[in-house]
Amino acid sequence: MQVLFARHHVRVYRFVLRLVRNDATAEDLISEVFLDVWRQAGKFEGRSQVSTWMLSIARFKALSVLRRRPEAELDDETAERIEDQSDDPETALAKKDKGAVLRKCLTALSTEHREIIDLVYYHEKSVEEVAGIVGIPEATVKTRMFYARKKLSELLKEQGIDRGWP
Amino acid sequence: MNTKKKEAHSELEELLPWHAAGTLSRSDARRVEDALAHDPELARRYALVRDELGETIHLNETLGAPSARAMEKLFAKIDAEPARRPAVSLNLSARVTEFFAGFSPRTLAFAGGAAVLAILLQAGFIAGVMIKETKTSGYETASAPSTDPGVGAFTLIRFAPQATQDDVTKFLAANKLSIASGPMAGGLYKVRVAVTGLPKAELANIVKKLQEDKVVTFIATTE
Repeated sequence: MQVLFARHHVRVYRFVLRLVRNDATAEDLISEVFLDVWRQAGKFEGRSQVSTWMLSIARFKALSVLRRRPEAELDDETAERIEDQSDDPETALAKKDKGAVLRKCLTALSTEHREIIDLVYYHEKSVEEVAGIVGIPEATVKTRMFYARKKLSELLKEQGIDRGWP
Repeated sequence: MNTKKKEAHSELEELLPWHAAGTLSRSDARRVEDALAHDPELARRYALVRDELGETIHLNETLGAPSARAMEKLFAKIDAEPARRPAVSLNLSARVTEFFAGFSPRTLAFAGGAAVLAILLQAGFIAGVMIKETKTSGYETASAPSTDPGVGAFTLIRFAPQATQDDVTKFLAANKLSIASGPMAGGLYKVRVAVTGLPKAELANIVKKLQEDKVVTFIATTE
């Protein structure tokens, strides 16, 4: 268990943190995720990678927390995102760095779009694996990724970066 | 661009993120590569995908790691769990994998080496017994050296993991020792040091001498 934890806990934590946006909640969740892994180890049939299995458990737990979160907290989060996009001096400076703006826009995506982008780009999951983790058909995975990227382009355009796509 | 070409183009465009991440099947990757080589607009869009990939990795890598509290909490919860009954019949391979996953690579290497050594020693021991048996002819008197494994003076020895079969054979021959049984738990062998019982002091002296050999990592007297 220690080996498994050492090997996967940072990536699982980052995946959860990107969804719940709270360090303490993410830490609590990863101990719950690994406890479930420990409890269900006998049921793991090895048909997918261990990391894929763990990410699907982590996703389920993170979404449960998000569903329980009070509306007010979600509103604050949204407001924070809107503020992030305003043209304060810091943002103006960040605009000079396309990479920094892109990262800022990545954080402003919806939960659904954030998770698919992270799963594909950071967690290196195939179409089939993402479908297993998120629980949607493979064709939907491709279209959701397409729309996540499209939304990203729109956010970039709002920040003054026109990528000429889509 | 006709409808069929447009469809193929959009299908390939949807695959670009997975191509950038290196998670496409070989055949899909080849299709995308071919299209990228002949379609400058698709290649330009692929450059956008690569930017997104780079910044997503950058963003995630700057998120840091959880504190030690997460691990402490997990293992406290595991300790608080009711003891699990060992599953005897189900998923043997998974349990074997979990068992070996608990060891460090170094421990596994030593264990592997010890297992090989144990097999070789056993093979040598069996061969030795068979050769002795074939050499014995007729009957033996009661005063002849005993081959009864329970008679004599014995020690328990654990050989160094790095000791080769040759090292162990030489050590046994040089000290006129023979393996009576083993390997036992902990990689121990019962080694006969004399065919008759020895006074404790004499056996202790032999143990002390044998202990100095580099092939021995542990030695103790035994019945």
